[in-house]
Amino acid sequence: MTVPTPRTVLDSLNLGLHQALQDDPAALLIGEDLLDPYGGAFKVSHGLSSAFPERVWTTPISEAGITGIAGGMALRGLHPVVEIMFGDFSTLIADQVINHLAKFHAMYHGGVDVPVVIRTPMGGRRGYGPTHSQSLEKFFLGVPGLTVLAPFHIQGEQSLGVPGQLLYQAVTAHNSPLFFIENKLQYTLKLLTSENLQEFTVLTHQTPGAQGFPCYQIRLDGAPTAQLTLAAYGYMAHLALEAMLRLAYEEEIFCELLVPTQLAPFELAPLATSLQTTGRLLAVEEGTRPLGWGAEVLARMAEALGSQLKQASRLAAKGPVVPAAADLEAACLPSTEDIIQQAREMM
Amino acid sequence: MGDKAEVLYRQIYTIRCFENLLLEKFSSGIFRGTTHTSLGQEANAVGVLSHLLDGDIVVSNHRCHGHFLAYGGDPQALFAELMGKPSGICGGVGGSQHLHWRNFYSSGVQGGTVAMATGMALAEKFKGNASVVIDFMGDGTLGEGIVYESLNMVSLWGAPLLIVLEHNHIAQTTPSHLAVAGSILQRFEAFSIPTTWLDCSDVLAIQTAAGDLISTVRSQQKPQALIIETARLGTHSKGDDTRSSQELDRLWATRDPVAIQGKRLPQDRREVIDQQVEVTVQAAFEGALASEEVRA
Repeated sequence: MTVPTPRTVLDSLNLGLHQALQDDPAALLIGEDLLDPYGGAFKVSHGLSSAFPERVWTTPISEAGITGIAGGMALRGLHPVVEIMFGDFSTLIADQVINHLAKFHAMYHGGVDVPVVIRTPMGGRRGYGPTHSQSLEKFFLGVPGLTVLAPFHIQGEQSLGVPGQLLYQAVTAHNSPLFFIENKLQYTLKLLTSENLQEFTVLTHQTPGAQGFPCYQIRLDGAPTAQLTLAAYGYMAHLALEAMLRLAYEEEIFCELLVPTQLAPFELAPLATSLQTTGRLLAVEEGTRPLGWGAEVLARMAEALGSQLKQASRLAAKGPVVPAAADLEAACLPSTEDIIQQAREMM
Repeated sequence: MGDKAEVLYRQIYTIRCFENLLLEKFSSGIFRGTTHTSLGQEANAVGVLSHLLDGDIVVSNHRCHGHFLAYGGDPQALFAELMGKPSGICGGVGGSQHLHWRNFYSSGVQGGTVAMATGMALAEKFKGNASVVIDFMGDGTLGEGIVYESLNMVSLWGAPLLIVLEHNHIAQTTPSHLAVAGSILQRFEAFSIPTTWLDCSDVLAIQTAAGDLISTVRSQQKPQALIIETARLGTHSKGDDTRSSQELDRLWATRDPVAIQGKRLPQDRREVIDQQVEVTVQAAFEGALASEEVRA
């Protein structure tokens, strides 16, 4: 198999899985509608059942069951990857994740490891309506024993691209349960390369931990010292990057963008460093606002920085549901315009 | 034959003594939290698990002490676990319901362990091992949806799994007629899982049936189910039994596996074994009590 250069997040993730199955004989994919020619609802698993027919299992519509089964497989030495077709359905696996997979290692006093990867697409903006458009990852961010990753659409120095590389590492080298949060619109994003990023300086920080999952700090070259730090992940990082450029050129508001790929355990030392300069924080997320990721980011930065944090604010989805109609959905979910507006109000 | 009967009796009576001593000492504050004893269901654990080979796996639930001891677990380490001691099976972290030792795993949330056992069985088959997974569940667990998701995939993918359903007719305080509609047997048959029904607390009958089923699972690499109608002779946990004394008297008179197997032994032999077991269990308790309190 010749490995083509990934161009989009979808390509990158697909290549990451191909490479993981190639290199790791214990890796195995289970999920709904995975078999070719369909290859999964969003095509992340496309081609895999043809290449590895013994290790790609299409399943009944039984999210809890397959997640529990993956836990049992992992306890016996396999590296299962579970695909949950829509992130909304992650509520169905909550007991398996919280009370089983994420608990076993500590509950059995370190006597077992549970290397399961659960991947799922969150997010709206495709008109799928209230039960197929949510970003529910906040419900899994505070679970002890569970690592949560969200890829950033950047090529990086990896041939697989960063999304695929993260997924590859998660499957082949991570020894505990891991929730891998994708985003439906992020799939079609082109990976940022040094050409696209000519105007920027991108610093890569390693999150503490064996895997050292990256956190990106993005600055605009030649701009004055940043006055505001934006924090965002996944597809919102794409919108925040757009907002950052427009704020600079249209409003002369200069920002720095922090993009963690490891959401949990929560480690944002680079964010605190950035805030020591800017003093202002805007956290942007596509999930709903109450008790969410942004709330934790603000709380942790307030604890870390005290009075050095002059101003902090959040942007998130409005409730109560993500509507199907285009205008209503657009009004519900945070946009580039919303980020610009909120940033302007903070200055 | 005599030796075999004695071995089985000794194991059953060990579980009985363990659980009785545990309940007796609970009120003194040595043990924390809660516990679910295997009183009355000892023969299920002993009969089924007498056929294990190296590499076989046992998955159990909240009522797991009997299964653990029949698996070969150390009574002193189990007492220590229940005392929260560092020398416990899981260093005191797991407590009564959350045990892991070698290929034995138990957990306290109903239903999820069936999926876990299914995954283990599929993993062993995938790796080309001839291992069998034995999963104990109760009739109360039949209320959980994940059980049916799991049974479907157990059958679909041919998991080498023996499901042992200990049907004790009561879930905590709720009798099964208030919780289980329709047929338990047909639940398994609907998924094309061959199912054997036993209505007894006789360890020999259970051992014979389980031996055949485990061999079949091993050779066919496909699932089987064994439903054992049994009796919970103790409370759900420590003092929460709502059944009448007449009902309990009837169960003790007809369903006590210690009495059933004990009758097969000469009286003098039984007395010797009883005394040996009681001394051993008492020593396990004392040993656990004396073990180091300080965590490393």
